[in-house]
Amino acid sequence: MSTSQSSDHDSKQDLINYVLRLGDDALILGHRLSEWVSRGPFLEEDIALGNVALDYIGRSRMCYNYAAELSGEGKTEDDFAYLRDERQFQNFLINELPRGDFAYTIARQLFVDVFNKHYLSALLQSKDQTLAAIAAKGIKETQYHLRRSREWTLRLGDGTDESHQRMQTAIDELWGYTHEIFEHDDIEQRLIDAGIAVDAAAFQKQWLADVSAILAEATLTVPDAEWAVRGGREGYHTEHLSLLLTEMQFVYRAYPNAKW
Amino acid sequence: MPNGSVMQQIPVMPHEQYQRLQLRRNSPCAELWDLLDEVKDPEIPVLSLWDLGVLRDVRREDDTVQVTITPTYSGCPAMDVMREDIEILLRQNGIKKFTVKTVLAPAWTTDWMTEKGRAQLRDYGIAAPNDVQCQSGKETPEANVRCPHCGSSHTDRVSEFASTACKALFQCRDCSEPFDYFKNI
Repeated sequence: MSTSQSSDHDSKQDLINYVLRLGDDALILGHRLSEWVSRGPFLEEDIALGNVALDYIGRSRMCYNYAAELSGEGKTEDDFAYLRDERQFQNFLINELPRGDFAYTIARQLFVDVFNKHYLSALLQSKDQTLAAIAAKGIKETQYHLRRSREWTLRLGDGTDESHQRMQTAIDELWGYTHEIFEHDDIEQRLIDAGIAVDAAAFQKQWLADVSAILAEATLTVPDAEWAVRGGREGYHTEHLSLLLTEMQFVYRAYPNAKW
Repeated sequence: MPNGSVMQQIPVMPHEQYQRLQLRRNSPCAELWDLLDEVKDPEIPVLSLWDLGVLRDVRREDDTVQVTITPTYSGCPAMDVMREDIEILLRQNGIKKFTVKTVLAPAWTTDWMTEKGRAQLRDYGIAAPNDVQCQSGKETPEANVRCPHCGSSHTDRVSEFASTACKALFQCRDCSEPFDYFKNI
């Protein structure tokens, strides 16, 4: 009896962890994208970046609300977004890197959008109904995001010398961060076995094929660099996350329990 | 035997929309549905939550009213306002005990938008989902969305993202007016 209770507890804790991870990925990338608002290269693009940011922040709210409901400790979405410190965030590192120039933002979006296309399709089959519902909403939005990041990649890669060079530099700089997004730890392995979480390794080849095809069409080169950076899911981050959190969390921490 | 022309006169309603309509028609609390028609989308103040497809269910259990809504886009900031407007309206009408619940599944689709809602959108200057000469699935076309101002289909897409997440920006080649197109999702 006590064994089964503790295993129930663990599996619930696993699920909370997983939901928070998905929320963290969405919130941190959403925040990075929101930094473009009023700084976009032109009005329509400014608005597009703001819209995509909103989709991600909305997705993070769904995840945090679900985590709050699961934890049943009277927590709210704000507790997860504003009152956790750097080591408690478990987003993949690619999401927290600074927004860089426009080429850098587009290259990151391309990698993430292709990833999400496969990830959310798989999450749609999750035995957890709330996660499946979040995936169903996210996948519709991802189709729009991917179409846009693909079109921009083609235009910039096959554009001027400068736009081509900037895209290639961005791709080379980001490549080492695209490995950990296909890896998982014991927590996610248990949830994968239970039919709840997604095993991203299963579609890594397809991701590479999709990305390679788009890069080739854009006259860009797939890097063959061997380096890889890891640590996001364990809470080991680049220095950039702490700076992002400082800005994002400041108002809430200065005025605890503030309501917007 | 009904021939083709008879068949064409039968309005085709998406199955999901029919189910919504049946739910409302068969509801024992019709007055609550009617009351909630007063709540509009704050971004498009001609469109009620029912016509938008956001209002999913209204029930009365004992003395508590339960309203169920569904978000349009994940990050739509109007959702919080819609929820507050529902709460204010219910309170103003003497309903003290109520809950406003948000459900995610099945995911909202523009197929749930009513014909009345689509007509209201056009009158407001926004092209409705599917106002396209040749329908291209759920993708936003690059051209040929019908202009809500002059009805021309000589239009071009300016941007897939417009003033809100749910709209794309077009421009008409005949009357030169720019206009929003409510994206089909």
